[in-house]
Amino acid sequence: MKALTFSGGVHPSGEKELTCNQDVKVMPPPKMVVIPLLQHTGASCESLVQKGDKVKKGQKIGESRALITAPVHATISGGVKEVRLYNHPLGNKGLAVIIESDGFDQWADDIKRDDNFFRLLPQEIRDKVRDKGVVGLGGAAFPTSVKLTPPADKEINTIIINGCECEPYLTCDHRLLLENYREIIEGLKIIMRLLDVGKGIIAIEDNKLDAIKLLSAVIKMEPNIEVAIVKTKYPQGAEKQLIKALLGCEVPAGKLPFEVGVVVDNVGTAVAIYEALRDNKPLIERIITVTGSGIKEPQNIKVRIGTLFSDIVVFCGGLQGDIAKVIMGGPMMGIAQYTLDVPIIKGTSGILVLTAQDTFAVPAGPCIRCAKCIESCPMDLTPYLYGLYGRMQDYESMGKYDVADCIECGVCAYGCPAKIPLVQYAKWSKMEIAQAKKKKIEKKDKDIK
Amino acid sequence: MVPYIVSTSPHLKIRETISAVMRDVLIALIPAVAAAVYFFGRRALWVILISMASAIAAEFISEKIMKREVTVSDGSAAITGLLLAMVCPPGIPLWIIAIGAAVSIVLGKQVFGGLGYNPFNPALIGRAVLMASWPVAMTTWVTPFDAITTATPLAIAKFNLAQPLPSYWNLFIGNRAGSLGETSALALLLGAAYLLYKKQISWHLPVSFIAAVGLLSSIIGKDPLFNILAGGLILGAFFMATDMVTSPMTGQGKIIFGCGGGILTILIRYKGGFPEGVCYSILIFNMLTPLIDKYTRPQKFGVK
Repeated sequence: MKALTFSGGVHPSGEKELTCNQDVKVMPPPKMVVIPLLQHTGASCESLVQKGDKVKKGQKIGESRALITAPVHATISGGVKEVRLYNHPLGNKGLAVIIESDGFDQWADDIKRDDNFFRLLPQEIRDKVRDKGVVGLGGAAFPTSVKLTPPADKEINTIIINGCECEPYLTCDHRLLLENYREIIEGLKIIMRLLDVGKGIIAIEDNKLDAIKLLSAVIKMEPNIEVAIVKTKYPQGAEKQLIKALLGCEVPAGKLPFEVGVVVDNVGTAVAIYEALRDNKPLIERIITVTGSGIKEPQNIKVRIGTLFSDIVVFCGGLQGDIAKVIMGGPMMGIAQYTLDVPIIKGTSGILVLTAQDTFAVPAGPCIRCAKCIESCPMDLTPYLYGLYGRMQDYESMGKYDVADCIECGVCAYGCPAKIPLVQYAKWSKMEIAQAKKKKIEKKDKDIK
Repeated sequence: MVPYIVSTSPHLKIRETISAVMRDVLIALIPAVAAAVYFFGRRALWVILISMASAIAAEFISEKIMKREVTVSDGSAAITGLLLAMVCPPGIPLWIIAIGAAVSIVLGKQVFGGLGYNPFNPALIGRAVLMASWPVAMTTWVTPFDAITTATPLAIAKFNLAQPLPSYWNLFIGNRAGSLGETSALALLLGAAYLLYKKQISWHLPVSFIAAVGLLSSIIGKDPLFNILAGGLILGAFFMATDMVTSPMTGQGKIIFGCGGGILTILIRYKGGFPEGVCYSILIFNMLTPLIDKYTRPQKFGVK
């Protein structure tokens, strides 16, 4: 079978052999967890607990009435030490519930296995997925219940389970494919039944031959599910690029995959959906890849949400070498941290520690119009213009050149010989444009009054 | 507190820098330099060295005067100097080439803001200025090896001079009169293959440029192979027109540039006053590059 792909993209060195051949280890629950109330794309939760409250593992501790949101749950049992602002891995600080362990790691009473979960009605499934705090585990952490609720006028015909893992260094999805393939397939079947879809695809990059072999063998008994091999190329796992590679159609600019009848979920999300329904288990832990030349014992670990980076680093043997960067996520889209005193959240796919030898800092030079950014941009944009207008802080022009369509995948800045921080300019201008829009609306409201 | 570096993603970058790009171009020009020295003697080497030295000095001095960061180490000035030498006659007085190189850098590049901002190929600006200022020195050609004054093959063909035309083989290996670095198609193609292999240039522009010259000359009943090999076309198409800063960015745009440049070259050669037209064709299309870029911008994902 020929590997499918999209046009554009780059081939950074994978660096996956650091961790891809080791079984996932379970990290014992930490003495303390810090659970941010905002861990997903959407509205922040409000705390349901106060200082001094006793909580059990799996108990809901944060909830919101907003449409696009997901509740958060206690990930260990113990006492609430504080509810306060704490370092947030997405930058700045955010309100978080700090729980100190009582050492018992006791489940909340209502969390019991339900072997009759397949009798649940569609709305009950959605409610449960929402109630158990399931969000996309690929990185963006979009609430899964929203993804499972397509608009009434859109007919869904394909479910794609994303096992590409195109980010270098990360191997947690690879291990999940090998170790939890049953749950992945069950999760996919639940989504297919829920949305009444007859076609499910599990997409895997061709650098994970063992996973392709295993999954292909397992799904022989499943007539509606296929394994699709996609080329190892970054950003193959980006939703729109994956749909293009598999189905040949483009999701219209500014629209969601619903538009072309597709729902894409990460392999980890499929497992989380299955566990939420069968075990009534909220999303309280996940597999992350702890890797990079700055980590003594790179490995994949199953870890409670809210565990601090510092505890994880200790569990993985500590740091080594001249540490330059600590990154939450992969090297292409991950977020650099200035401290280890920061918790992992639902969307954390890995902790990457780079040493001075891995990083490459030279000052940005002038654009020589080499066009590498245009050739590699998976959204077919002209990123060099973001550098040009960004330097002049001309956000309006950047908007005109479709900066809103930029998925911030980083291939432009990765390949730029002038080392211009194109993604930074793109992100910055999006923020400025959003702020300008807000101001305009506020001014209008004032004028009306 | 541990001072970790905080910066925006991506945290991985290719190691290649601007100077690495320039170094590849310099490497690609080595065979042509060797051919020039072989055919035109040590004199050619002097022209090249003076031109490069003058370009580098002009870059350094003008950046100092304009209080800009000194960027001679990126290698772009060296390339401009080398390319200018390659499009001048081997017998050019050394003081003229020195002026030409300085003009290339100052008027061709630094007045616009330095590398990346120049609308025209700086080396060709230098050549155009020298052509207008010292036309005799710029059109005095010599034969290879013995340096006897003669005419270029294109001039022989254009003005029906009573001289024999060189054979295709001699045109191909470079055993003919012409600009210092343009004569040996063989050496230039070797360098071009290196640039293509290193992905510093794409096939679009040079292939369409050369194809347009070949096609149009056969349409008007002239010898296409002669037109491809005789002048500065191979040098221009692979090393001048492909200058990233002054040529279109998309494949489509590059093909438009190449075809247009090829057509213009033949028009100048057969309808204009000069026997050769590659230099001016490229300069004219440099001027049109922003326009071409504007109309060949890729259509974004999701609107096709």
